[in-house]
Amino acid sequence: MQGLDFTIVAPYWDLLLTGAWWTALLTVSAGALSFVFGILFAVTVLYAPLIVAYPVRVFMWVFMGTPLLLQLFLIYFGLVQIGIDIPALAAGIVGLGLHFAVYNADVIRAGIVAVDVGQTEGARSIGFGKWQTLRYVVIPQAIRNTAPPIGSNLIALLKESSIVSVIGIAELVHSAQQAISETFRPFEFYITAAALYYILNLVLEAGLRRFERNVEVSR
Amino acid sequence: MSLRPPMVEVRGARKSFGAVEVLKGIDLSVERGQIVAIIGPSGSGKSTLLRSINHLESLNGGEVWLDGVQVNQPLHGQAFERHINKVRQQMGMVFQHFNLFPHLTVIENITMGPVILKGMPKAEARALALALLSKVGLADKIDAYPSRLSGGQKQRVAIARALAMQPKVMLFDEATSALDPELVDEVNAVMKQLAAEHMTMLIVTHEMRFAGEVADRVLFMDGGVVVEEGPPADIFRAPQKERTRTFLKKYLSA
Repeated sequence: MQGLDFTIVAPYWDLLLTGAWWTALLTVSAGALSFVFGILFAVTVLYAPLIVAYPVRVFMWVFMGTPLLLQLFLIYFGLVQIGIDIPALAAGIVGLGLHFAVYNADVIRAGIVAVDVGQTEGARSIGFGKWQTLRYVVIPQAIRNTAPPIGSNLIALLKESSIVSVIGIAELVHSAQQAISETFRPFEFYITAAALYYILNLVLEAGLRRFERNVEVSR
Repeated sequence: MSLRPPMVEVRGARKSFGAVEVLKGIDLSVERGQIVAIIGPSGSGKSTLLRSINHLESLNGGEVWLDGVQVNQPLHGQAFERHINKVRQQMGMVFQHFNLFPHLTVIENITMGPVILKGMPKAEARALALALLSKVGLADKIDAYPSRLSGGQKQRVAIARALAMQPKVMLFDEATSALDPELVDEVNAVMKQLAAEHMTMLIVTHEMRFAGEVADRVLFMDGGVVVEEGPPADIFRAPQKERTRTFLKKYLSA
């Protein structure tokens, strides 16, 4: 049995922080993508003509019904075969972003439907068009009302982003593994990585709570 | 003067919800500056009539005209959408449940229409909103969110929001029905002020006294038809039709 010795982490600290930085970057960019596409999918499914809405619905079923790992492999390794070569980082962001966009779309769709019909009538009676009403009145309220579940999805995304280590993106788990392969000390590095994830999540949660508090007054 | 079309004209309006015909051929003409109160029991079709004037309900038959322009033109798709959005900008509507936008402050609720739809500069829209808020007695609430206002205050903001589009006519759909009795007067006062300024108004209401005070003409509707109409003095004091008498008796004794 080996004793525990966390001083081993010190020389790899920069490596781990760089990994954490990439994790944060992945979360922010994939999170933004999942948010924007979540709204886009929700609006498409609800309001677009069937010829557009139906393919999006099928896409959503497929993305919800298959593992994220498989989706990443498909985007990164599979698409090359048909001539679409996407860099690992882009593949990771797109994969994570689309995967969570589907979850966000489900939540936002429910949020849009739940906005009182009086809101739409109020906007239409002033002279706002269908899309203007969605953009300025319905969607902002749907987002506010569904902020907590969207936030949970974002927290899940932060943790699930570790999976992109398999396509070689040097995020936090990937960095920890690299350090382990040189030191053969998995416990210390996995614990340190876990602590860093936890800190990132604390920051994220603080941000989300702040947003929800701001939104609270305008409900 | 006589060549100008009526401000609002409804001809042979018919509307069904499924098998139920709620408007059975309504004719109505409102001159500029005239105030028409529409009364009648629940389900008489009075709200549906008001809502079809700005096409929140689409008629199954008949025509609606606003100041010489047909509201329910037989256009389709985007063409109708563009047309109706323009027409609606000229009609203010006030709802029973206010329908203020809860995610926007009072002033944002009011400036949103003029800024986005009319391209009014923000400063100008703000000045306009402030003037309207002073008029409805809520200048101190500009930055409040609707959730912080009483029902009466919400409805006065909703009126200011409608007025900000500088409409040709105001439609009131039971504007005080959802309010606590002690808050009704503050909303009625604003409506009376508009009346004094010769705003053309159509008012669907359950308040007979208010209708009697403010309206030039009262329409009594029942079962999807106009049973009787005339000056408030005639309708309230000497109704000609039996149906009107029983309705008013029930109301005035309640």
